[in-house]
Amino acid sequence: MSNAAANVRVPIATHTAAVDAGEMTEKISIRNLDFYYGDNRALKNINVSLYRNRVTAFIGPSGCGKSTLLRILNRMYDLYPGQRAVGDVKFDGEDILGPSQDINLLRARIGMVFQKPTPFPMTIYENIAFGVRLYDQLSKSELDGRVEHALRRAALWDEVKDKLGASGLSLSGGQQQRLCIARTVAVRPEVILLDEPCSALDPISTAKIEELIDELKNDYTLVIVTHNMQQAARVSDFTAFMYLGELIEFGETSRMFTSPNDQRTQDYITGRFG
Amino acid sequence: MPVPNISLYSRRRRRNSIAMTLSIGATLFGLAWLVLILAVLLWKGFSGLSLAVFTEMTPPPGSAGGLLNPIVGSLLLTTLAVLIGTPIGILAGTYMAEYGRHDRLTTVVRFINDILLSAPSIVIGLFIYEIMVYPMGHFSGWAGAVALAVIVIPVVVRTTEDMLLLVPDTLREAAASIGLPRSLMIGRIAYRAARAGMVTGVLLAIARITGETAPLMFTALNNQFWSLNLNAPIASLPAVIFQFALSPYKEWQQLAWTGALIITLAVLTLSITARILAAPRKST
Amino acid sequence: MPDHTAKAFDSDLLDLARMVAEMGGLAEKQIADSVDALVKRDTALAQRVTALDATIDALQSGIEEKAILTIARRQPMAVDLREIVGALRLAADLERIGDLAKNIGKRVIALNSEFPPPKLIRGVEHMAHLVLSQLKSVLDAYARRDINKAMAVWRGDEEIDAVCTSVFRELLTYMMEDPRNITFCIHLMFCAKNIERMGDHATNIAETVHYMIEGRQIADQRPKGDTTSFAALRSAADG
Repeated sequence: MSNAAANVRVPIATHTAAVDAGEMTEKISIRNLDFYYGDNRALKNINVSLYRNRVTAFIGPSGCGKSTLLRILNRMYDLYPGQRAVGDVKFDGEDILGPSQDINLLRARIGMVFQKPTPFPMTIYENIAFGVRLYDQLSKSELDGRVEHALRRAALWDEVKDKLGASGLSLSGGQQQRLCIARTVAVRPEVILLDEPCSALDPISTAKIEELIDELKNDYTLVIVTHNMQQAARVSDFTAFMYLGELIEFGETSRMFTSPNDQRTQDYITGRFG
Repeated sequence: MPVPNISLYSRRRRRNSIAMTLSIGATLFGLAWLVLILAVLLWKGFSGLSLAVFTEMTPPPGSAGGLLNPIVGSLLLTTLAVLIGTPIGILAGTYMAEYGRHDRLTTVVRFINDILLSAPSIVIGLFIYEIMVYPMGHFSGWAGAVALAVIVIPVVVRTTEDMLLLVPDTLREAAASIGLPRSLMIGRIAYRAARAGMVTGVLLAIARITGETAPLMFTALNNQFWSLNLNAPIASLPAVIFQFALSPYKEWQQLAWTGALIITLAVLTLSITARILAAPRKST
Repeated sequence: MPDHTAKAFDSDLLDLARMVAEMGGLAEKQIADSVDALVKRDTALAQRVTALDATIDALQSGIEEKAILTIARRQPMAVDLREIVGALRLAADLERIGDLAKNIGKRVIALNSEFPPPKLIRGVEHMAHLVLSQLKSVLDAYARRDINKAMAVWRGDEEIDAVCTSVFRELLTYMMEDPRNITFCIHLMFCAKNIERMGDHATNIAETVHYMIEGRQIADQRPKGDTTSFAALRSAADG
């Protein structure tokens, strides 16, 4: 009996950070990435893959570098002197960090939505048409179509179709955020980065944005930074937990939130940190 | 709950009421002078106000006339000064707030600009006299306009920079995030967001130069007669007021009061307009 | 494991674990008492066993309520979520064990007038001891989060199943020897089956404990020893 028991080995399925890619294609690959604010090394040897048509969430306590990581992907850090990224970040195999990368074109392909809604000081229509005109020469009716499509995509059309001439700033916070998503979508990016998109919104608006994220997943690759772990659990397919500038654990959200491998991940998502 | 210390509390109350009485007194003292000045100005100015003031030239001593040539002269000089000074000021302010925010040059320019902002205007008048009037050999409207423009520039630089710095970085990032080059971001987004503040700055600059006398004395001088020639001395309200107020003639003194009233009302209107524009607008 | 930042969350989880432990203690007592009543033919004890079931049921609904409230209020994640789900599952298993014990108690009351030979009860008693020790171990494993102990219980069920099969054979033999034993033996067979079911619940609990600790189900086939369904047929065929 005891012999038999000893022979029955319990095979424990091995879950490692490497996720079985299956049919998924890697849209952005980040390898050995370091980031510096001046001399301060804010990101340490980050390795992570972002898959096409999937939502990847970056979670972690404030100052862990998750927003920093997000802002590397569209080189937003370039706006500020003294910040630099070292490593290998490939976007469909193309080097993002390289000097030959055209930053404006890159940003048109990798859109971003910010924490606070940032409508431009112009009409609702112009907010969206503005970005479209940058890269496409369209007739008036084509432009109208693009604006409507973008607003529909952002589930805002029905609320604003009668007041496209009103200022973008006249909308409510949740509407403004959806306007910003519409603006991003209108440029037809391939990847959308969301930097805590719901942190300034009420629960209903948050739910609408989350529904939108689910919807947009079919056409885009999404990356979301969020402080709200329940939100990460709700909207994402993959989750990366970061702490003190390091990537502690990366894996499928369904596993990360039920049985994370790393003790620090466990402590953070269960509210035991510190 | 601890028993409140009544004596400590009443002492504090007493001190509070003394401080309040003193500050209200000081405010009333200051206000009283302002009201007095305005009252005298209105009283003396309005009595001389008539259509003739706006239609007739400045008269020779002892006869009646108007202020048409100094009013037009002032408008001309101010317009020119704004046309020269505003673009320079806005471009410099834009450099400081947008392109060179972290450059050493910006710090230096800001420091010098602040000095210029508080420089006595007579110094500016003397400077323009040295570099324009003296080489040209005569006083001129151009010199006056340039002197006023030198006063306009630091005001516009300062307000432009401040207003652009008030535009949140997130808006710049949002513009960048859809692939907008920096020049378009500034021209189409930042200026638009800072527009009200920048217009206010220009209005304040106009208000400032409308009443300037000292720099004009060394540059545009004055002109008794109708003239639009910018290469010759040209009349301006402050200069005429200065000259007429000091004269012994009743008619001239009356015109000086009226001119002062006109300037005051103009400055007041500009200031109020600026305030309305600068007020945080409810988004509608 | 460090404490939660929200201390009240810790005490919620602690309360839940305490309630489960209390329920486990009651279930153990139920099993022991019901078999005691059977062996000693103690109707009064059997009645107490039946009555105690209500307490266990009440504890179960208490645990469910607490678990649901904690989920609603704290949105537990990972180990906490598993802990709470585990408590729910444990409570359900323990409640079933209580029911089965109550069932034995009822049969003891029904058997009141009969006087079977004590040797017939020996096999059932042996089974009951095995199940009791299994339950003790697995509750211990739960309290200490001891995965090895839980796995030992999980594998140990095989033995109970084997004993159950042999008890069935034995009872069948008695019934064939003397038809007057049939009534009693059938009651005993049901008791044996009840006890065997308790063992299954102990196994379930072991699986739950494994899930709580490891975050995934046991990826293995459990050894099976229960062939009672065939035993009856085969014995009948033999006879």
